[in-house]
Amino acid sequence: MKIIVCIKQVPASSQVQIDPLTGVLIRDGNNTKMNPYDLYALETALRFKEVNGAHITVITMGPPSSKAVLEEALWMGADDAVLLTDRKFAGADVVATSYTLSSGIKTIGAFDLIICGKQTTDGDTAQVGPEIAECLHIPHISYVDKIIKIKDEAVLVSVSMDKTTEQWEITYPGLITVDKGIFTPRLPSYKRSKQLKDEQIKVLTFADFADQDESHYGLKGSPTQVERMFPPQKNTDKEVWTGTNQELSQQLFQKMKDLKIL
Amino acid sequence: MGRIIIDHTKVTKEIGEAAVKICPFNAIEYNGILSINAGCRMCKICVRKGPAGVFSVEEDVVRAIDKSKWVGVAVFVEHNKHEIHPVVFELIGKAKELAKVINHPVQAVLFTDDAKNMTEELLSYGVDAVFVYEDVRLSHFNVEIYTNLMADFIHKIRPTVILYGGTSIGRSFAPRVAARFKTGLTADCTILGMKENTDLIQNRPAFGGNIMASIICPNNRPQMATVRYKIFKKPDQVKPTGPLVKMKTAGVDFTSGLSLLEISPKPKEMDISEADTLVACGRPFKTPEQLALAYELADLLGAQIACTRPLIEAGLIDPRKQIGLSGRTVAPKLLITLGVSGAVQFTAGMRGSELVFAICDDAKAAIFDVAHYGVVGDVFAILPALIKKIKAAKGLI
Repeated sequence: MKIIVCIKQVPASSQVQIDPLTGVLIRDGNNTKMNPYDLYALETALRFKEVNGAHITVITMGPPSSKAVLEEALWMGADDAVLLTDRKFAGADVVATSYTLSSGIKTIGAFDLIICGKQTTDGDTAQVGPEIAECLHIPHISYVDKIIKIKDEAVLVSVSMDKTTEQWEITYPGLITVDKGIFTPRLPSYKRSKQLKDEQIKVLTFADFADQDESHYGLKGSPTQVERMFPPQKNTDKEVWTGTNQELSQQLFQKMKDLKIL
Repeated sequence: MGRIIIDHTKVTKEIGEAAVKICPFNAIEYNGILSINAGCRMCKICVRKGPAGVFSVEEDVVRAIDKSKWVGVAVFVEHNKHEIHPVVFELIGKAKELAKVINHPVQAVLFTDDAKNMTEELLSYGVDAVFVYEDVRLSHFNVEIYTNLMADFIHKIRPTVILYGGTSIGRSFAPRVAARFKTGLTADCTILGMKENTDLIQNRPAFGGNIMASIICPNNRPQMATVRYKIFKKPDQVKPTGPLVKMKTAGVDFTSGLSLLEISPKPKEMDISEADTLVACGRPFKTPEQLALAYELADLLGAQIACTRPLIEAGLIDPRKQIGLSGRTVAPKLLITLGVSGAVQFTAGMRGSELVFAICDDAKAAIFDVAHYGVVGDVFAILPALIKKIKAAKGLI
């Protein structure tokens, strides 16, 4: 069985601020990590491998520095890693990102199952998984929280919907996005990190893809544009109190009483 | 649009090394040669703030679409066994506001095995037309078939906007439609506006942090967005006027690689989205003993407990109690936040709250920008004193 796991490098901290004078985005240093939800996707693939045997390829799109997350995935137990990197991929929104990843997956070759995390912590859209499935014309199931049975031609999964729990069977080739908590992700193996020290990560660029129309990738292939960024609206009708703990608790109590909350 | 061009004749070692630091996305590299890597988001800060003349923008020629051929603000009608999800009415309310700016009709699009009285209910909220795909095979949601149906609707009716509820179904199915039409879908919008040229202004928190992004989709139609439940207000009911339009399912592909084997209802529990009073705990809560204080306050106020993401990650509280972009959206009459700093991730999920009290020890915390009454202090010092006073007032001690 061939499994592809899509992963992403994200900022380690979500603390992003705007400089009030220049309007410029201030990012907290250069710290990055693997998107936490992707750890569950990779762990799910590794469980498939343990149960039925599988070959796991991890794939990411990003600048050359995102090799770091591919290495981490190899140390956890993935067999192969593919980096999609090209200046032509830069500035991609969800549609262009999904299209680029699906082009990369087509270049890698046949697969049975693609596993994605349910969303990223920097984009929080939860859209890339379903959009990859659409680009590849394969079925998908989002928010899988349990793998019930792995069959030869399909996998039986459980999904937590808003009001119900559903069991679905998805035939291969297919795509699932998995929810946090499906399995506890393992730590990267020190032994593997030593063994795989010279492991080559395969790099694919625009030139490797079958679709050579530049307008499908990166910023050119992105229907959405960010018009502006701004700090959230403030509530101007407000009171902020300071004082000793005794004063503050009294003030709070009195206000709740005045507003007839108590 | 476009791309960043570098004038290499103006780059010295000094300029190159300094230029690397300008980019918030680490997309500028210098190793003897200055280059831009795949991290570039075209924010153009290097052009504005970078060394003079080194960076410039090459604009693309954009193919223009005829926006006048796309008419209508459509709302996808999600329902569970013929009971319409309340987010649909909230979306209809917003769709009416948006449609008014450009003088377009509001359209509801429904996929079902039996429309029953759903069409009357939709019309009573003031939609101009309900488009119904009725077929016995549509007894339950299937992401592939729903995508094919929506594609059929888009080809035939050509709405300029489609709004979806940010539910399990909406968030799984809308992205496939977006990918098929190579058009934009903005997830979890908190504010929507309309330009006179029919471009939809979609605002959402970005980068999981303290920033809002305003997003448009200027060269593609339909423009699509998902919005969580309780972000917009449900409109008043009106006298129904619009027609019911029956759509044919004959040409739609119903094959799928998915089969539903079993559905079981989740145990019913109080949903924090529906709560009138909420007490929300933030990062300082690290032990069950500390949480007991919050539960005590909640009991006294008849409130439900909610929390921020760190408490979920620490496994202290059920994930369904999380307020925020990655949790639930709430709109209670009263919200008391305890030690919550107020990242956009959180505030995006509670802006509809009518009255907000916040206790936080950081006077600069963003929570004080959204709270009506802010208390700058240590939550674990203030809470016991407050609980004591409330108990005394209720005659409990």
